[in-house]
Amino acid sequence: MARLENLFKAQSKRVLNVYCTAGYPDLNSTLQIMESLQENGANIIELGMPYSDPLADGEVIQRSSLHALSNGMTLQVLFEQLQEMRKTIHIPVVLMGYMNPILQFGFEAFCARAKEVGVDGLILPDLPLYEFENIYGKTIKDNGLDFIFLVTPETPEERLRKLDSLSSGFLYAVSSSATTGKDKDFTQVAIYLERLQQMNLKNPILVGFGIKDKQSFDAVNEFTNGAIIGSAYINALSKGEDVGVITKEFLNEVLGN
Amino acid sequence: MQAFNTQVNYQNPSIEGYYGEFGGAYIPEMLFKNVETLKAEYLKIMQDPAFIAEVDALLKDYVGRPTPLFFAERLSKEIGANIYLKREDLCHTGAHKINNTIGQIVLAKRLGKTKIIAETGAGQHGVATATVCALKGMECVVYMGEKDIERQAPNVARMKMLGATVVPATSGSKTLKDATNEAIRAWINEPNETHYIIGSVVGPHPYPDMVARFQSVISKEMRLQLKEKLGNELPTHVVACVGGGSNAAGAFYHFLNEPTVALVAVEAAGHGVHSGLSAATTQLGTHGILHGSKSIVMQTNDGQVVEPHSISAGLDYPGIGPLHAFLYESKRGTFLSATDEEALASAFHISQIEGIIPALETAHAFSVLPKLGLKPTDVVVVCLSGRGDKDLATYMEHL
Repeated sequence: MARLENLFKAQSKRVLNVYCTAGYPDLNSTLQIMESLQENGANIIELGMPYSDPLADGEVIQRSSLHALSNGMTLQVLFEQLQEMRKTIHIPVVLMGYMNPILQFGFEAFCARAKEVGVDGLILPDLPLYEFENIYGKTIKDNGLDFIFLVTPETPEERLRKLDSLSSGFLYAVSSSATTGKDKDFTQVAIYLERLQQMNLKNPILVGFGIKDKQSFDAVNEFTNGAIIGSAYINALSKGEDVGVITKEFLNEVLGN
Repeated sequence: MQAFNTQVNYQNPSIEGYYGEFGGAYIPEMLFKNVETLKAEYLKIMQDPAFIAEVDALLKDYVGRPTPLFFAERLSKEIGANIYLKREDLCHTGAHKINNTIGQIVLAKRLGKTKIIAETGAGQHGVATATVCALKGMECVVYMGEKDIERQAPNVARMKMLGATVVPATSGSKTLKDATNEAIRAWINEPNETHYIIGSVVGPHPYPDMVARFQSVISKEMRLQLKEKLGNELPTHVVACVGGGSNAAGAFYHFLNEPTVALVAVEAAGHGVHSGLSAATTQLGTHGILHGSKSIVMQTNDGQVVEPHSISAGLDYPGIGPLHAFLYESKRGTFLSATDEEALASAFHISQIEGIIPALETAHAFSVLPKLGLKPTDVVVVCLSGRGDKDLATYMEHL
């Protein structure tokens, strides 16, 4: 898929990727939220596939996931919701989730369906490098999907270069070793991001974990191509007001519009 | 998709932690450094003579090992075979769990860690962890499901008295599965100074192998004791209960490559395997990934992990260690189950014919003895994994 590649060709700074949980707050709000994100300035949509045991996520995203599951969200339902998405959604869409539900769906069937509905890439935090290289990576690439690895401040340089070489679309830089939704000390983050910047990696870098408002978005943009916002947006959605209004207010604040 | 590891030496998973197709380390990158360090160091440390000497001395003088191998005369007569009980209930803190926590605390010190985290269901592993942290002067935080905290008040009190902080896991179903999620998250958030002591043969590689090795002292002693008592170190059967499977892994370990020894694992059937309230993972589960390893997992068709049920909190887990998944699929192990009712009946029966009140978990193992078709010449070792004091509240309801 060329959407991610084309996006970063056209825009190398302040790329905003916003995470939302499929089926949250309502089972059928998925597409409405995606349209609203696109309309209000998000550049990429990271759509979370809810899982009962999301290890890499903090409590905000876990709560939204459990809520979405109790709304009746499944991968089957999600792909039905996304069947027509490319009629209205023109920005890149990446699916984020955990391996277990995908294995139950069937990994090959999952990749084929993702491709069919127009998904651009995958973020699967618990798919390890070894298993990616030996089993699953080929299926992902054969379906033309980008795969985005996570890197952290603790990832050794050699491994980081390898994860970069196997990723496409962008590289997801976790701002510190933490689950999502935690506050961060940005001076430490800045040192790390500067180091990443100097490594001349193949992929654009988006920073995630701890980005929640204009100030933190501006801060990381000094060193990278943009950022990913998740928990802060889910928190905003959890207030239960009209998702269109919330999304507009939220993105206007982050983007300084 | 090819299988990962076709080796049949059950004692040694592949370099990536696979027993057949089960195992591995399905962890987010945030845990990579911790797990990689552990993977690189654990065998080296565990094979260091000074480490072995330190652990052995603690097992002897602090835990009280070797634990006796007791010939259960009345039970043997009743079943019609020679039944021996491996008395892990006589370990300090009342169960086999401390074999692993002793090993891991000494290992954590070698790794330069200053803080320990652990998960616990019934609280036995939490108590065993709090105990060794007190012994070694380490900070200890135990994650425990909010529901389990209510159900297991005496063990919560023990952990607190031992100086540990008990943190309620309030996410998801608020039981062991979620306590494990919370402990893993806490490890992600403080990776450098913290070591995570997993209580069973579950989790990402190298935990299943490391915990199995620390628990393998159980079967090492069994062989020596059988040799001394009977002149033959191989029994015909070893029987153990299985939740995640740590006592079974320890009791089976030195017999894994002895094909004449039947390895019998007993899961908790709850209200009955197909009642909808059960924890018989191999009977109800399908291949999946839980807590960082590929194994057999109780889950919905959509891949969401379900909450199991067992009267014994120690067996109330929706997964099983990857070694056991491999024993099940390769048919090296025989997997049976016992219901809540059968386990309760066994607990009372063993108390009254042998004078030993077993833990509810262990009671499941006794329940299958009449179903094994044993002969008078058979030599059966039951791993008596823990004592029943912690289950008195449940037992009192049935007196």
